[in-house]
Amino acid sequence: MGNTMNIFLAAVLTHNIALVYILGMCPTIGVSRNLKTATGMGVAVVFVVTLTSTINWFIYNLVLVPAGAEIVSLLVFIITIAASVQLLEMLLEKFVPYLHNAFGVFLPLITVNCAVLGVSLLMVLRDYGLVQTAFFGLGSAAGFLLAMMLVAGMREKMDLTSDVPRGLQGPGIVMIILGILALGFMAFQGMVDL
Amino acid sequence: MNLQSVLVLNVLLVTITVILSVADVLLGSNRQQLLRINDDRELSTSGGGTLLDSLAEQRIFIPAACGGKGTCGHCKVVVEEGGGDVLPTEEGFLTPQEREEGVRLACQVKVREDLSIRVHEALLEAQEYLGEVVVLEDLNYDTKFLKVKLLSPRTIDFKAGQYVQILVPGYEEFRAYSIASPPSQRDALDFVIRLIPKGLCTTYIHKALAVGDTIRFTGPFGDFFLNEQSDRDITCLARGTGIAPIRSITLHLKEQGMPRNVSFYFSARTKKDILQYEEFKQLEAEFPNFKYYVVLSRPAPEDNWDGETGYITDTVAKYQGDSLKDTEIYLCGPGVMIDAAMEVFDKIGVPKEQVFFDKF
Repeated sequence: MGNTMNIFLAAVLTHNIALVYILGMCPTIGVSRNLKTATGMGVAVVFVVTLTSTINWFIYNLVLVPAGAEIVSLLVFIITIAASVQLLEMLLEKFVPYLHNAFGVFLPLITVNCAVLGVSLLMVLRDYGLVQTAFFGLGSAAGFLLAMMLVAGMREKMDLTSDVPRGLQGPGIVMIILGILALGFMAFQGMVDL
Repeated sequence: MNLQSVLVLNVLLVTITVILSVADVLLGSNRQQLLRINDDRELSTSGGGTLLDSLAEQRIFIPAACGGKGTCGHCKVVVEEGGGDVLPTEEGFLTPQEREEGVRLACQVKVREDLSIRVHEALLEAQEYLGEVVVLEDLNYDTKFLKVKLLSPRTIDFKAGQYVQILVPGYEEFRAYSIASPPSQRDALDFVIRLIPKGLCTTYIHKALAVGDTIRFTGPFGDFFLNEQSDRDITCLARGTGIAPIRSITLHLKEQGMPRNVSFYFSARTKKDILQYEEFKQLEAEFPNFKYYVVLSRPAPEDNWDGETGYITDTVAKYQGDSLKDTEIYLCGPGVMIDAAMEVFDKIGVPKEQVFFDKF
């Protein structure tokens, strides 16, 4: 259990998917204008990453490895992610329309988010077991949510108080925020390791 | 890659497809929903799709330049009942006032319950047309003149200055183009189309289309058209292909014997960018109350241009000045030109309700 907790913490802090691996930059820059939508997007990512990394673990270990077809894992992962997002969207729309309204619009965006694919590929590289994969997925996504909320929170404040030079407004200043945040996250180095 | 990997990949693909198809049948919300439009029309539509698609199924065409991807923000309708909350994807396109009025983007609203919506009456008259290209010729080095004869329906009714949306086959996307012919020409439409590098529809028209091909479009759309209730003098400003709706308006007036004084200012970069010069020159010779001015914003040395140069607004101010206050102004061209012109007219004191514009 100590091992899984380690993985979770490391995925949130020292190996943050957005701020250390710099994956999933598209939503981090595009959907971080206000805290509410950033949180919606982040929560959707938590759902999808945990779900898809677990599904991909099963497919990889129960189908691809026995069949000796590891070489197609990249293709299979992408397709599984797309399909499970589609399925999740249908299920939400049917049974939890409230939740679908809240973050249903982000689901199609997540299909092509590289952070989601990244988690599945890393889980293979690191030979994680099922429980480890689930925690790694959950941790990475929580880290992504944290990064999104940090950026969005700062942008909201900056919109009110800061005088950002014209050329830097929008994505420009987000890049700088992300850079500084990434530097900040380096301070966690050594706290937990994988 | 060995054969087994390919086999595994295919088996997985088929499995996933089957799972999704079954889920779609079990979970899909394809129950019939009621659409009430402007309180006087009720349509039954299969739910689950977007409002934009459901309306298109019922032959009601809401203009949407991006084809329903939520990127152009054109497909605004008022949703009075149903439809849920405004989605984050719509927020950027709606002003606070529009949100209060219940304006939504039709491509983002899903039909999951009975909806009551309000759309502009004119949109209900828009139809889908199939036409045949009868003329496609160069006006200059990057602009073509396109004439489309209508096949079905065979005639179209529109107001001088309105536009249609041409469908790019294969991409199923629409792009808006102003009609350049007068409303009296009901069986064919003229267009003036400039090739935009990497532009989807302009590339299609310039590179792929040929005389004899069929072309699909929907329309007419737009609230930029000649105000026929008025008898004020008219000032028209156009830059580049903005000439199209102005041509429609002037030809319409020509057919009526030019009942109002018209001044037409056309702006282009250099001499080779001037469009349909002869046609308007002839109009000027024919009617003494039609004035035609060409302004070159950046004439090339080899143009030997001794006419008007610089900003189009300077030329307008020079010839008409304060008398603009009593004219009706029709503007068509790129956003920067229109914004600059609006500022000038505002300074002169032209009432806003006398200025009509079409930005592209």
